[in-house]
Amino acid sequence: MVAKVYGPIRSACSQRVLACFFEFGVDFELIHVDLDSQEHKQPDFLQKQPFGQVPVVEDGDFRLFESRAIIRYYATKYSGKNRNLYGTTLEEKAIVDQWLEVEAHHFNDMVYNIVVQKLIIPKMGGKTDFDLVQSCVKKLEQVLDIYEQRLSKTRYLAGEWFTLADLSHLPGTRYLMNECGLDHLVRERKKVNMWWDDISTRPAWEKVMELFNGGK
Amino acid sequence: MAIKLYGAPASNATLRAKACLAEKGIEYEFVHVDMSKQEHKSPEFLSRNPFGQVPAFEEGDLKLFESRAITQYLAHTYADKGSDLIIKDPKKMAILAVWIEVESQKFEPASSKLVWELVYKAMFGMTTDEAVVEGNEKKLEQVLDVYESRLSQSKYLGGESFTLADLHHLPNMKYLVGTKTKRLFDARPHVSAWAADILSRPAWVKATTA
Repeated sequence: MVAKVYGPIRSACSQRVLACFFEFGVDFELIHVDLDSQEHKQPDFLQKQPFGQVPVVEDGDFRLFESRAIIRYYATKYSGKNRNLYGTTLEEKAIVDQWLEVEAHHFNDMVYNIVVQKLIIPKMGGKTDFDLVQSCVKKLEQVLDIYEQRLSKTRYLAGEWFTLADLSHLPGTRYLMNECGLDHLVRERKKVNMWWDDISTRPAWEKVMELFNGGK
Repeated sequence: MAIKLYGAPASNATLRAKACLAEKGIEYEFVHVDMSKQEHKSPEFLSRNPFGQVPAFEEGDLKLFESRAITQYLAHTYADKGSDLIIKDPKKMAILAVWIEVESQKFEPASSKLVWELVYKAMFGMTTDEAVVEGNEKKLEQVLDVYESRLSQSKYLGGESFTLADLHHLPNMKYLVGTKTKRLFDARPHVSAWAADILSRPAWVKATTA
C-alpha cells in the first residue's frame, strides 16, 4: 500500500513528513496541492483537513494530518527499521518528545513568522513588517544560543543519535538559511553549525531536496 | 522512585502537568518556583529548563521540561495506573496524536494570548490590549468551529474516551471560562458540553485545589 501525501513540495510541513518517509523507506505518492489557487481551502480538501492546511497523509483508509503527529506514527510503526529515531526506551522517547516540543513552540513560532513576513507576504503583494522580523530574529538568537549549549553536551538534540527532534528542524532551518538570507544565525554558532552540516547531508534529506529542486 | 514537579501554582503549563499526575493517581513532591523573585531565571533552574520556564520534572535521573513531553511520558510509562490517557491501538493512538498537535499548534497560541491579556495582566496590574483580544478571539472561533464539528462525531477530541488530547486544554480553558471569552464556548453546543464535562473531572478539581 502506497501512502499518499497531499501537499506541495515547497511546504515545510510536507517536507518534514517526506524526510521521515525517506528515513524509513516508506513508499509514497506525492499529490500536489495548489496553494496559490486556494485548493487547500476548497470543500473537498477541508474534508481531509478541517483547518485547510498541508500536509495530509492517506494510507489506505487511514488518514492523518499535523506533520508532527504523522512522523511520530510512522516512527513508531517502523521502529524496527530504525530504532533510534524515536528512542528505544520510554525515557529516550520522552527526551525526543521534549525537543520536538521545543522545535514546535520555541523554534518554529519564530521561523514561521520570519518566512511569512519575508517570503509569503511580498509574494501576495503586501509589505514586510521588518520590526516583527527583527524581534523574531532576536528571539531566535536566544533559542539558538540554548541549542549551542545543548549541542556542546550532546551530539544531537535528544542525545547521541539523530532523532525526530533533529529531523523536525530540517525544513524550517533550510528556509531560514537560504531564501530568508539568515544563514549567519547558524554559521556563527560552532556546535549548531556542525549539527546543521551533519543533519542536512543525510541521504534522506538530500532525497527531499532532489524533489524540491526538480519539482513544482 | 520519587517524582518532583517544579512549577508555579498559577502557571497554565504547570497545571497541565499537575492534571496528568492527578488523573494517573501518581504521588509527587511539588517544588514551588517563585517567579516573582525571578527564580525561574536562576542558574539552578536554568539547568532544569534552559528556556527558564515552568514546569520542570524529575524522576530519579530523568529530567524533563515542556509540559506536553512530561504528560506524554507519564501517560505511556504509567499506562496501567489511574485513568487511561492514551490508546494502545497504533492507529487510534495516531488519531489521538493529531488532536494533541491541534491543541498545541492551533488552540494554544490563540488561547494563551487571551489568558495573558484577560487574566495574567490583571494579576500583575497591567492593561489589557483589546485589539489583541479581538484578533485572538477571531482565531479561537475558527478553531472552536472545527472542534464543534469534530465533537458532533466523536465524544472526545481524540476518540470515544477522555485522553491527553482533551486534558491539554484544561488550564487555558479553566482561565477563559472565567472571562468574557466564555461566550465563544457557550455559543457552540458540543464544545460547551465537552468543556463542562472535562472541567468537572474530579482529578482536575483536585489538581487545581491541592
